[in-house]
Amino acid sequence: MNKGKIIWLMVILFLSYTAFLYASLPSDSGIISTSVYSGKQIWQKNNCGSCHQVYGLGGYLGPDLTNVYSTKGETVIRSLVQYGTSVMPSFKLDEKDLNDLVMYLKSVDASGKSDPRSFKINYDGSISQ
Amino acid sequence: MMVPSHNNIIPKSFLLVAFVLLFTGLSFGLIGALQYVMPGILKDGFSFQKVRPLHVSSVVFWIIFGAIGTVLTYLQEHGTAKNYSHSLLKLQFVIFVITVAAILISYLTGNFGGREYWEFPPYLAIPLIAGWLLFLINFIRSVSSFKNQPVYFWMWLTGIFFFLFTFLESYLWIFPFFAENIIKDMTIQWKSYGSMVGSWNMLIYGSGIFLMDKISGSKDYSKSKMAFGLYFLGLFNLMFNWGHHIYTLPTAAFVKYISYAVSMTELFIFGKIIYDWKSSITTAQKYFNRQSYMFMVAADAWVFLTLSLAICMSVPAINLYTHGTHITVAHTMGATIGINSMLLFAFASDILTAPSSKFIRIWFWIINISLFVFWISLIIAGVYKSIWQMSAVQQPFGNMMRGLHPFFVIFFISGIVLATGLVAVSVLMIKRSFVRATASRNDLIANVQ
Ligand code: HEC
Ligand code: HEM
Repeated sequence: MNKGKIIWLMVILFLSYTAFLYASLPSDSGIISTSVYSGKQIWQKNNCGSCHQVYGLGGYLGPDLTNVYSTKGETVIRSLVQYGTSVMPSFKLDEKDLNDLVMYLKSVDASGKSDPRSFKINYDGSISQ
Repeated sequence: MMVPSHNNIIPKSFLLVAFVLLFTGLSFGLIGALQYVMPGILKDGFSFQKVRPLHVSSVVFWIIFGAIGTVLTYLQEHGTAKNYSHSLLKLQFVIFVITVAAILISYLTGNFGGREYWEFPPYLAIPLIAGWLLFLINFIRSVSSFKNQPVYFWMWLTGIFFFLFTFLESYLWIFPFFAENIIKDMTIQWKSYGSMVGSWNMLIYGSGIFLMDKISGSKDYSKSKMAFGLYFLGLFNLMFNWGHHIYTLPTAAFVKYISYAVSMTELFIFGKIIYDWKSSITTAQKYFNRQSYMFMVAADAWVFLTLSLAICMSVPAINLYTHGTHITVAHTMGATIGINSMLLFAFASDILTAPSSKFIRIWFWIINISLFVFWISLIIAGVYKSIWQMSAVQQPFGNMMRGLHPFFVIFFISGIVLATGLVAVSVLMIKRSFVRATASRNDLIANVQ
């Protein structure tokens, strides 16, 4: 087989894998509330991800916030975002934006658990929850 | 002596802007590290929220500009750049420079799009895509034949193509269909990022093979079965190993199994490095007096260290411990500084024809030693955080971070030495190459008269 053919074959395999993956990922169409969606935009506009992780991904100056909604609660989120800490700046969000942000963190919390202690290690080196 | 042909002006300009971006990135990196050492400093005016993207985007563009400048130069030396359009090239350069400036300004003014690594507002991606398209068009139209091309040619082509593809893919989130579900969004985000890094590595490793050919004066390797075999292995990993970034994300299980299995194929490269150990050292000794080769040897050593860490981190059971800690940062910076930046120095030394310099050699050692300390301090900080993450009773986050303070201090100090070294080598290379270019032009004028 010549080299060009091998490359084409790999590209086709890659594109099929991509299409298959897109089709098999979960979808929320219709269920998603606009509040969660705009909360996500507020998260992004304020670049919370530069200091915080979701599912372990993000910047590392602050803690992972995947499950902060269920572990610390809504009040902690509200007061930290409004007043900040000695390290975290205060974000002067209006009431609506703050509510949306809380709704977003609530939906992230409902999507799964990121705490590494909640996983089990299998014999083949893989992990499961 | 040859006067640098005008064909090289734009590629060299890419390299020079790359150096400026490196300096910018290093300054912000040091400020970021200072914010680790003195928590809360600059919290209100210039917080980590701005500093991190300023650092990361600047250094990522250092790599991208450096890679573009190198590929454009080597493509001409390779001899396939006959139909190259210089106006397209100029346009690409202007678009890139203006866009990157706009990106850095958007961060400074706190105007974020908020996606990791590309934290600028999404409309700024449009000119980047346009500029990259020009790069692809120019590359393809300059090729007279695809037959019998050496491996680096294919690496450049796949690198350019896949960068465009994955960059576009990383913007699917602007459509609600992709963004509405966090799991779907993050899966696609990390799919695109994983492959994107693979794409720029194709440009850089391809150029590394080109330079090796040039130094050894033989094309035997770049047309060999082994070279193509490794290229296919690299492409295979670029396409399918990205799931190792998201083992703890509750996404499709097949993604994780496939990525785990594909990542383990890199053990072959690891084995090959060990198997070739002796002959690599002999070759290294033969050419080490060449400045550009010296940087390639350093990159090889960092490939070994980075690959060891990366293969471990690709085992889900180990990843469970390292994920979300500074071990990840050690891996990222180890690879982008130790491998990518060292290779870029090798290319710059060759392309700018920087003459050998004793000072560059001294700084070379300082850079590598400080980078090693920098890397280890991040790994140790990561190990401590990992123990904290896994312990049954967790202290508050702030207490844990205070416990890591000594390692952050080492990180910061070694970072200062490292940054100084990187700037010193860059300045020496640029300065000496200008001295040389002027000298050779004067020679030529004298000869003509
Ligand atoms: C400059 C970095 C930084 C930015 C930006 C930042 N945070 Fe924080 N955040 C921290 C740090 C650090 C902590 C840990 C508390 C401490 O030690 O001060 C924290 C703590 C929190 C906590 C409490 C977590 C816990 O487990 O107690 C929440 C909730 C939070 N941040 C939400 C946010 C949101 C929402 C945003 C964006 C609007 C944001 N943060 C932006 C640094 C940051
Ligand atoms: C060529 C030089 C450098 C390159 C290419 C580089 C690259 C990077 C990259 C890609 C990241 C993102 C890491 C990740 O998300 O895992 C990063 C983060 C960072 N770098 Fe660098 N870096 C360089 C030099 C430095 C220096 C000299 C310092 C200063 C000590 C520094 C400090 C930091 C800090 C503080 C972070 C953020 C870590 C976090 O997310 O909390 N970098 N760097």
